[in-house]
Amino acid sequence: MQRSIVNSYELRNDFPIFKKKINGKDLVYLDNASTTQKPYSVINSITDFYSNYNSNIHRAVYQLAEEATELYEQSRKKIANFINVRPEEIIFTRNTTESINLIAHSWARSNLKKDDVITITEIEHHSNIVPWQILCQEIGTRLEYVGIDESGFLDVEYLIELISSRKVKLVSISHMSNVLGTIVPIERIIKTAHQYDIPVIVDGAQSVPHMPVDAKNLDCDFLVFSAHKMLGPTGVGVLYAKKELLEKMKPFMGGGDMIKEVFKFHTNYNEVPYKFEAGTPNIADVVGFGAAIEYLEKIGMENIRKHEISLTEYALESMQSLKYITIYGPTDSNFRGGVISFNIADIHPHDLATIMNDHGIAIRSGHHCAQVLMQRLDVPATSRASFYIYNTKEEIDKFVNAIKEAGRIFKI
Amino acid sequence: MSDDIYREIILDHYRNPRNKGKLENADVTVHDSNPLCGDEIDIHLKVNDGVISDVKFEGKGCAISQASASMLTELVMGKDLNVVKDLKKEDILENIGLTNLGPARIKCALLSLKVLKVGMIKYYSDNDPNSAEQIKNESSLY
Repeated sequence: MQRSIVNSYELRNDFPIFKKKINGKDLVYLDNASTTQKPYSVINSITDFYSNYNSNIHRAVYQLAEEATELYEQSRKKIANFINVRPEEIIFTRNTTESINLIAHSWARSNLKKDDVITITEIEHHSNIVPWQILCQEIGTRLEYVGIDESGFLDVEYLIELISSRKVKLVSISHMSNVLGTIVPIERIIKTAHQYDIPVIVDGAQSVPHMPVDAKNLDCDFLVFSAHKMLGPTGVGVLYAKKELLEKMKPFMGGGDMIKEVFKFHTNYNEVPYKFEAGTPNIADVVGFGAAIEYLEKIGMENIRKHEISLTEYALESMQSLKYITIYGPTDSNFRGGVISFNIADIHPHDLATIMNDHGIAIRSGHHCAQVLMQRLDVPATSRASFYIYNTKEEIDKFVNAIKEAGRIFKI
Repeated sequence: MSDDIYREIILDHYRNPRNKGKLENADVTVHDSNPLCGDEIDIHLKVNDGVISDVKFEGKGCAISQASASMLTELVMGKDLNVVKDLKKEDILENIGLTNLGPARIKCALLSLKVLKVGMIKYYSDNDPNSAEQIKNESSLY
């Protein structure tokens, strides 16, 4: 049975980091779009792995190695089930960035040619911009951007128009903006792209941790996300791809585990997903990620989404009453995630973050790895607060009071 | 704490920067940025007889980086290059009265000195390669 609401006050006890004091204050952690904190169950599963199961996987026949392999593969099944796809369609990488680079290298490089258009948007993270720039320089493909309007909504009509121009051969798009929180209507984009046989990559780094995402139902061709943004350890990313695509794709890296047979001058590759997991993987952290998925499923992704809508509404309402504030992105929390970017008068975000730190509050300041979006918004930087299951309304009150305090210090 | 950082003088230099703008016929112009913060500083120098006869800066960024740049221009204006050459990071932190900054924010405070030193290396590399080399070796700021 899923709990009907998220009890943040109770949940916090599962996270050892909240015992820590910052400048003598309780830690108010509002940088969840960057990375999330880890519950005991995740931390303990990693310790348990190294204490009781440590050995290399997919090789040896002794009991320990079989147990380790089983734990690693169980995680793959949990993750596949979490986004409703088959386990062999889940590839473990280091992070979302590596997952996108894998697609650029193993799919795009051999399926796209000179003058083909890759469509991305102005809200993309650098990880969904730079790999395509590199590819364009190498094989002569072209990059086209879809813009946003003043409220931070994507110009979906223009995107549809581009897709139907028949120059576009790949769409790679963020499901949720890591700066504005904008949720992109990817269902419609995927449907339209498929009418023209264009594959779609969905960057789910910000959406998969915060709302139910059913990759099978969405029918996306690729979905990428990171464990560390959803209670899991750093160093584990996921690439989901449809099996028929994976089977046709070239390997990403060559080495151990991705092979079936190696001869002096050629190699027969392993089947998917192993073909894309060269070398000893991050076994313990993949196991830890499995524990994170279990934790999230116990709460329920629908409940997490509801909790974040409620926090975001509360925060937006409190913030809108402040003097000299500019809030970026959609104001209706049904169309946005729990990520709020803002600026206060002439206080630079780094100065605001320094003042917040006095109060034990961790917010992000800067360009959030989205400089193309910063250029579109015409600001050098923004401050950003982003929420997760353990955040409370009381914490948002502290955050809003700290903004007022910054106003006092800066005499605005 | 923040009240000690954002004192009147820092806010004043942030909001009313001294020697801000472009310098026509500058002998040296140097640009640098801090990729972490996106702080940016350009410094323009005019040198006459081994003395900084004029200096201006352009930039955008946080109060610490911009106030520090403004105060640095006041510090070096009219100074002999031999004196400016020896400026240390401690001199800058003392000059702006911020000696307790953490590792992330100290980069903001020192960006303008870094730009100035690169400018001097550029200037000396044409006229006095030995001094250019000396500044390079001593500038262990980053």
